[in-house]
Amino acid sequence: MAADRENGLAEEKETKKKKVVRYERVPMPKQEPEVRRRNFNEVAFGYTEALARDEADRCLQCKKRPCTEGCPVNVDIPEFIAAVKEGRFEEAVRILKRKNSLPGICGRVCPQEVQCESRCTLGRKGTPVAIGRLERFCADWALANRDRVESVEKAPPTGKRVAVVGSGPAGLTAASDLALLGHHVTIFEALHAAGGVLVYGIPEFRLPKHIVQAEVEYVRSLGVELVLDFVVGRAATVDELLAEYDAVFLGTGAGLPMFLNIPGENLNGIYSANEFLTRVNLMKAYLFPEYDTPVKVGRRVAVIGGGNVAMDASRCALRLGAEEVYIVYRRSRAEMPARLEEVENAEEEGVHFRFLTNPVRFIGDERDWVKAMECIEMELGEPDASGRRRPVPKPGSEFVMEVDTVIVSLGTTPNPLIAQTTPGLETTRRGTLVADEATGKTTKRRVWAGGDIVTGAATVISAMGAGRRASRSIDAFLRGLEDF
Amino acid sequence: MYGILEKEKLAPNVIHFKIEAPAVARKARPGQFVILRVDEKGERIPMSLAGWDPARGTIDITFLVVGTSTRKLSLLNPGAGVLNVAGPFGRPAEVEHYGEVVCAAGCFGVGAILPVAAALKEKGNRVVAVMEGRSKAFLFWEDRLRAVSDELVVATGDGSLGRKGWANDVIADLVNAGRRIDRVIAVGCTFMMMECSKATRSHGIPTVVSLTPIMVDGTGMCGCCRVQVGGQTRFACVDGPEFDGHQVDWDLLISKQKSYLDEELRSLNLWERANWHKLMAR
Ligand SMILES: Cc1cc2nc3c(=O)[nH]c(=O)nc-3n(C[C@H](O)[C@H](O)[C@H](O)COP(=O)(O)OP(=O)(O)OC[C@H]3O[C@@H](n4cnc5c(N)ncnc54)[C@H](O)[C@@H]3O)c2cc1C
Ligand SMILES: Cc1cc2nc3c(=O)[nH]c(=O)nc-3n(C[C@H](O)[C@H](O)[C@H](O)COP(=O)(O)OP(=O)(O)OC[C@H]3O[C@@H](n4cnc5c(N)ncnc54)[C@H](O)[C@@H]3O)c2cc1C
Ligand code: SF4
Ligand code: FES
Repeated sequence: MAADRENGLAEEKETKKKKVVRYERVPMPKQEPEVRRRNFNEVAFGYTEALARDEADRCLQCKKRPCTEGCPVNVDIPEFIAAVKEGRFEEAVRILKRKNSLPGICGRVCPQEVQCESRCTLGRKGTPVAIGRLERFCADWALANRDRVESVEKAPPTGKRVAVVGSGPAGLTAASDLALLGHHVTIFEALHAAGGVLVYGIPEFRLPKHIVQAEVEYVRSLGVELVLDFVVGRAATVDELLAEYDAVFLGTGAGLPMFLNIPGENLNGIYSANEFLTRVNLMKAYLFPEYDTPVKVGRRVAVIGGGNVAMDASRCALRLGAEEVYIVYRRSRAEMPARLEEVENAEEEGVHFRFLTNPVRFIGDERDWVKAMECIEMELGEPDASGRRRPVPKPGSEFVMEVDTVIVSLGTTPNPLIAQTTPGLETTRRGTLVADEATGKTTKRRVWAGGDIVTGAATVISAMGAGRRASRSIDAFLRGLEDF
Repeated sequence: MYGILEKEKLAPNVIHFKIEAPAVARKARPGQFVILRVDEKGERIPMSLAGWDPARGTIDITFLVVGTSTRKLSLLNPGAGVLNVAGPFGRPAEVEHYGEVVCAAGCFGVGAILPVAAALKEKGNRVVAVMEGRSKAFLFWEDRLRAVSDELVVATGDGSLGRKGWANDVIADLVNAGRRIDRVIAVGCTFMMMECSKATRSHGIPTVVSLTPIMVDGTGMCGCCRVQVGGQTRFACVDGPEFDGHQVDWDLLISKQKSYLDEELRSLNLWERANWHKLMAR
């Protein structure tokens, strides 16, 4: 490390001639693993003003702005960081919001290590600037100093009406952008709360629900009407919405859970991650019996999968009192799609990892409760379509793991309801909607789509970006500037 | 808030509500259900549609008071409302011209089967309605069921009205009497539906049941409602709730319905301790 420091990088020298390059990021205060593994409070406390300014001070203000290129919505990162460094927080918030309507959420849940931070010049020799933490700091500052953040101007009313289906990051972004552009927007949401995965999937300890609530309130404050308990495809079809609205945006996500389809999967004690997380987060089963919805976690829990959802499920299981929690993943550590910070958090909290392992069947007791899981060891073969090496079973390596709760977290696919009830809407083989990448236009006139419903399960920021692009295209269409 | 417009106690443990829910009322079909939540801390609980009025924007539910959620619900009165009502969910009941159809109902199922029986009759079927209850006091809406059927047969467990026995016994009587039955539809508690399916199995009479596994969202998102039918996994909220009774894995369904028994009891005990005076006043 010392040698690294002496060497320095050409670009660093060029950009910041006199300054000492600081390779280590300022740590963010967190709850201790021993404490947090048993509570649902947010794990990371966030930077204080002083810590944020200190971390911002590490930024080299690179001329080439590699970080901005790495950001899916191209936030002007060096600019907002410069503002933080100088303590001009209102300005920092303004810069962030220009490109990202949900900084408080993205700062907490974006996989920065593969986006902006992966490109950071400092990352070549040390740790990248903690861009996500700084983003979170700004958003939290804005929430705490609401009165000091100037309110945005709304364009004069256009008299046009837009229906937004789904209130996840894609829908919320499309709705707020369209409202700011002067259109009348109604969001239709199937569940009893707005926010999509942000409320039913991602747990409180990673994304406190009051943060999501504040974003939803903001969207409503722009005049957006929010209709809950309304399942499009059931209570009204897309065609019926088209009769009343000038345009429809579909942001219904990818909500259908996949199962392993192996024997015994319907035994008691086997949850889909969606069910488990919905009970815990949306229904607040972690507060049972104060809240009415129960959830059952045994002593030994296996979570099948290696994504963010699996990390969230395993950490919820710990917090609900499980003694041993295992992540069972068929590939190796390197292929895990989860956000790095959450894998580290899970490990610190005591979640065990069983890599290169796949269940082949579940074994029940006489009351149809799962009591064990037969697994097989895997090894990595040739790369598959996703570029990751394909796991193949090792013959004869079967073994039995005793478990009393299983959470299947293999990913999700779009709910077919909208596609089935909307003639003219084309889907792909994977069940996602066909939509133009740049505009969100679907194969049906006056219908746009974006987020997980188009990409399959992806990220908050990509859903947000899609909502934003679609709102631009919808606006152009409504103003007669663009044909469908 | 979805306002409660009418409330009627139908039997010692069964209540009827008429609720304002225009979006559901506009689209409801026989055999579908809603999911409701009583209050901010409430569960999402499914309730079959016992009727609806698109013009007035109302729906009807009939419910059996069993645990915390339904007790909370039972305390509400006209003027108040429930926090959430979403739907209509599930595939509508299959309604074709079959010929002679037996519509068997027990407890809350009497409400749920009304729209189905009416639709079947409208399609030109001859509808034999069968209604079961522990005793006379637990029966309700005989008049309504009679109005949508061609024949009504009543059975009570204690023989206080009609045949002594249960719906499955009535079905067995009809079969033994050589009556032609082209289809049976059973709606009620799981045990009753299982017994009705057993009664028709060896006679090869197509029998559909309306399953009530535990649900959360009702939109196909969680998989909580999965049932095993003909060896296959199905989500009752989107693939059902109506399934072939001869293909259902009943043991698994019953054990799954009991999977939160400890928690339900705990919840109920705590709730009753805090609310016993309201229950007394009910
Ligand atoms: C547990 C979990 C953890 C995750 N962690 C991360 C993370 O750390 N970082 C990250 O970037 N991404 C993460 N993701 C992925 C991310 O949350 C999603 O990619 C993102 O939420 C997609 O946004 P969306 O708006 O497309 O859909 P969603 O957020 O899925 O919202 C869709 C909304 O539409 C509603 N809806 C569906 N059908 C209908 C209908 N017919 N009528 C009306 N409403 C309907 C749904 O109820 C829902 O509210 C995670 C996902 C999960 C499940
Ligand atoms: C499609 C469908 C239609 C239904 N229609 C009716 C109806 O018209 N009238 C009626 O009285 N009941 C109906 N039920 C059953 C009703 O939903 C349950 O009785 C109710 O949820 C019990 O809640 P509780 O808190 O009072 O009881 P609890 O003490 O929580 O549970 C009592 C029993 O009810 C069942 N149950 C509990 N929670 C749920 C849940 N979230 N979803 C489904 N079942 C649950 C369990 O088997 C449990 O053992 C229906 C269920 C389904 C799935
Ligand atoms: S965040 Fe990193 S890449 Fe971006 S300007 Fe600062 S040092 Fe350079
Ligand atoms: S209730 Fe969640 S999938 Fe059926």
